[in-house]
Parts: sequence; structure tokens; C-alpha cells
Amino acid sequence: MNVENIRNLFPQLSEKVYGKDLVYFDNAATSLRPLTVINKWTDISSRHNANIHRAVHKTAVDATEEYESTRDAVKDFINAGSREEIVFTSGTTASVNLVAFCFGESLIEEGDEVIVSEEEHHSNIVPWQMMCQRKGAVLKVLPIDDDGCMMIGELERLCTSRTKIVAVAQISNVLGLVNPLKEIITFCHSKGVPVLVDGAQGIVHESVDVQDIDCDFYAFSGHKIYAAPGTGVLYGKKKFLEKFPPYMGGGEMIESVKFSGTTYAPVPVKFEAGTQNFAGIPTLKPALELANKFKDKELSEYVASVSEYLDYKLAGNPRIHIYGKPDANLKKIPLFSFSVEGAHHEDLALILDKMGIAVRSGQMCAEPVMDRFGVSGMLRISLAPYNTMEEAEYFIKSLDKAIGMLI
Amino acid sequence: MEKTLQEVENDFVEEFSMYDEWLDKYEYLIDLGKNLRPYPESGKTDDKLVRGCQSRVWLDYKVENGRIYFTADSDAIITKGIISLLISVYSGRTPGEILSDDFSFINRIGLKENLSPTRANGLVSMIATIKAVAEENS
Repeated sequence: MNVENIRNLFPQLSEKVYGKDLVYFDNAATSLRPLTVINKWTDISSRHNANIHRAVHKTAVDATEEYESTRDAVKDFINAGSREEIVFTSGTTASVNLVAFCFGESLIEEGDEVIVSEEEHHSNIVPWQMMCQRKGAVLKVLPIDDDGCMMIGELERLCTSRTKIVAVAQISNVLGLVNPLKEIITFCHSKGVPVLVDGAQGIVHESVDVQDIDCDFYAFSGHKIYAAPGTGVLYGKKKFLEKFPPYMGGGEMIESVKFSGTTYAPVPVKFEAGTQNFAGIPTLKPALELANKFKDKELSEYVASVSEYLDYKLAGNPRIHIYGKPDANLKKIPLFSFSVEGAHHEDLALILDKMGIAVRSGQMCAEPVMDRFGVSGMLRISLAPYNTMEEAEYFIKSLDKAIGMLI
Repeated sequence: MEKTLQEVENDFVEEFSMYDEWLDKYEYLIDLGKNLRPYPESGKTDDKLVRGCQSRVWLDYKVENGRIYFTADSDAIITKGIISLLISVYSGRTPGEILSDDFSFINRIGLKENLSPTRANGLVSMIATIKAVAEENS
């Protein structure tokens, strides 16, 4: 599998912006959609459009089958123990909110503690803050060092008898370093503390086996791994999901509704209130299929070579400071957040945009990381397997030109 | 004779129309930003921040002989160029002149459409602040 075959699968790659070829380097925010995903959405919307789980008619049965078979595909993709442990949501944010709320309601008491890391994006901070505020619990922060590496050793100090859950990213959307999940989870479990893994970036770049890493919850979005936006997954161990109260009420999440009292459907449907995204969720099937193909050795080597080139060029520029430097044991994904001395990240992003290059600038939904490094924002490029060496070279040339304009 | 506010606006519209590419227009804005009169560090306080901008923009003013004189700064140079452009047009004008202007020269330049929505919001906030200052002093 080579990059040229892959590019044909993504129609947006032939788009022009301002008359120039689009160079899409904002994949950590959202990936592009392959034709297989677009076609799946179109197919369901034009042939199998009916509300799922309810009616007995043929179209509804087809739609339900598309949706429910996706649950099996996701279960296989992350090697979950059972399909009942896969809850569909609208994305990582919704998944984390669900856990924070339900965990809070059922397992948190006043004075209990929750730990998140300093490198989390807002979606894995704010839901916990909200829950802690509601329950009178305390939010503690696992720090990162100057290179952006999570200071795992600090867990020993932070974890107390009041610690009820730890929530960490597999890979930060700013730093791009692959955190040692197994080590974190083994330690937390030795203290009897469950772990939620925010896999928003991790699911795209790592092979995830939730049974092997033994996390208690794993959250990810479809839109970053080529599926339709508004799709998401929460993996949760059954023992927790069954103990949790429902999150939202309504739709098919019930067993029986009486004014004298309502009983709820078994997991995972208990957590899927209201009409589900039945056109979007099934796009996870072709998306995950493609993600599996992207693990191809030849392609992975190509991606690594593009990443190495960018690292070499950026690190070699004395004006550029890269955040997130892996130590010998850590791996870094093809993502670079950096600042340029004397040039504002937004100015650079605006100029690069006019050159046809889509990059991210600003706080990247991770204000505490910006504060940690004392910057108002950063510039970020994040690559996917469809990005080429030629694009990387064009980016470096364009970045130099943009810097030249600003300094 | 002093140019009217409309004449200054027309000058900028003409200046911008000379550049075909937005990259060149950015270069012009960058120049405007670089040439903006220095703004005192002591004036970079939260109450001078223009709300709604993604990068930080400070806007201050004084009133002399019935005219409003604006000073401003930003940590991003293109934004600084934009506020510099606004200052070139509206600084030294009377509140009445500012309030009777329809700010349509922004559209004639094509500035708003060529900024990302967040930047465009910032531009709208800058204009709103200038109008508010004019109203306060009218």
C-alpha cells in the first residue's frame, strides 16, 4: 500500500484552496473522509433510512443491522471483551462526560479525589471539574515535565485512599507523545483505582487492545479516524456500566415507563437515549477497516520518513521551539506543536492558509498545556498517512517564507 | 486641506485593490502593523483589551479638542495591521464623524470575508469598541 493509492480514496485531497492544492495538516482536529465512509453515509441515507431499534418493518431492521453490526466491528477493533461494553456517543467529549457524570453519581462522595494529567485537552478536564464541583470532590493534576513527558512517578504521591478515578490521554493532542498506559494502569489498579483513557488521538495512531492494557474506560471520536463527525465510542467495563445510573433519559433506553417509576434497558442501550446517529455510526465500519489497512508496514515506514524529515527541519531552525520531546522510551506521532520566535502563531497560520496549507493555531483546546509552557498558543501540524513528502517539503518552504514576511 | 474620513477610506480601498493576491494584501497589513505608533507597555491592561479577539488587542484613546485619538497594539502582527488600518481611518476624528460613518469600507476592501470567522469576530469587536468610544464622547 502506497501513499498515491491512498490519496485517491479521499476526494477532498483534490480540492483547491485559493487556486492552490490543499495541503491538509490539521488531522489531529479532524481527519478527511474516505469515499467508503461517504458512500456508507449516502447509502444508509438513501436506502436504509429508518429509526433503529423500534419498528418491525424491513427498512428499520436493515438500519438497525447496520448500526448494531458496527458495535461488533468496534468491539473487534479495540478487542473489547463483549459488545455490551461498547456505547455509541457523539464523540470523545460526550463519552468522557457520560463517565464523569455517571461515575460521580454512583461512586463519588464528598472529599473523594479525581486525578487528570496536565496535558489533557479540555474534554478530559472540564467534565471532571463539573462533577467534582457537584459532588464536593477534589481534582488533582498529574504534572508533565519540560519536555512534555507525563511524570508518571508523581502518581505515587498523588494517589491516596480517597482517589477514585484517574483520567489520562493516551496521546496529547498538543505534545503527540504516546504515554505508557500499561504502566499507569498497572500502578492505579495496584491502588484499586480505575482508569479512563482518552483515546481521541490514540485510536488513530496506536493499535488499541483494551483488554491487554486493562483500562476501565476508553473514549474516542469517529471523526478523527475517518468516520462521520458526530460519532463516538465509549468502551467501559461491564461492572461499571451496569452499576452506573443512566446519563440521559428518553427514547429506547428504557425497559418500562410508568408514572409510578421507570426501569431501564440493559447496557449499552441504557446509555443511548433518543434517536441515535444511525447514518453516522455505521461509517465507523469502513473507517476502522481503512485504519487497519493503514497499519501496513510500507506505509508506516513512509509516514515515519515524512515525520522524521519535518522533525529534522523544524528542530534545525534556531527560531523554532518544538513542544513534546520524547525521551528514549517514548514514541511520538507525526504531530508537531511549536512556536516561532518573533512570529505569532496566528499570523503564521493565516499566511500558510493563503498558501493552501491547513494548520492549527491557538490553544488547541488545551489551555493548561499553553500555561505550562508559558505561551498564548502554538502552531500545530498533524499528519495522516495520505500526507506526502512533497507536501512536507512545500510546508517547510512556505513556513520559511511566512516567517520571512513576519520578521 | 485635511482629507475627509471618506477620502481616507477610499485611499485604503484603492491601495488594497492594487494587490491581486491576498498574500500581498497580508504583506501590506503586516507593514501597517509594523509601522503602528508604539503603544506603552503600561497600557496593556485587561480593561484595554478588546473582547472577542483571538489574539490580544489593546485599544486606548484620549480626547483632545473634541477629537478622539486612538492608540493600539496586538501581539499578532496581522491583527495589529488591521487595528492600525482602523486607527489610520478613525483616529483624530470627531465622535460625530465616526458615528455617521457606515464602516462599509471594510467590506469594500474585502477584509472581513478574507479573515477566518474568529478573526472576523475580532474585527467586528474592534469596530464596536471604536463606535462605543465615539458614543461615549459624543
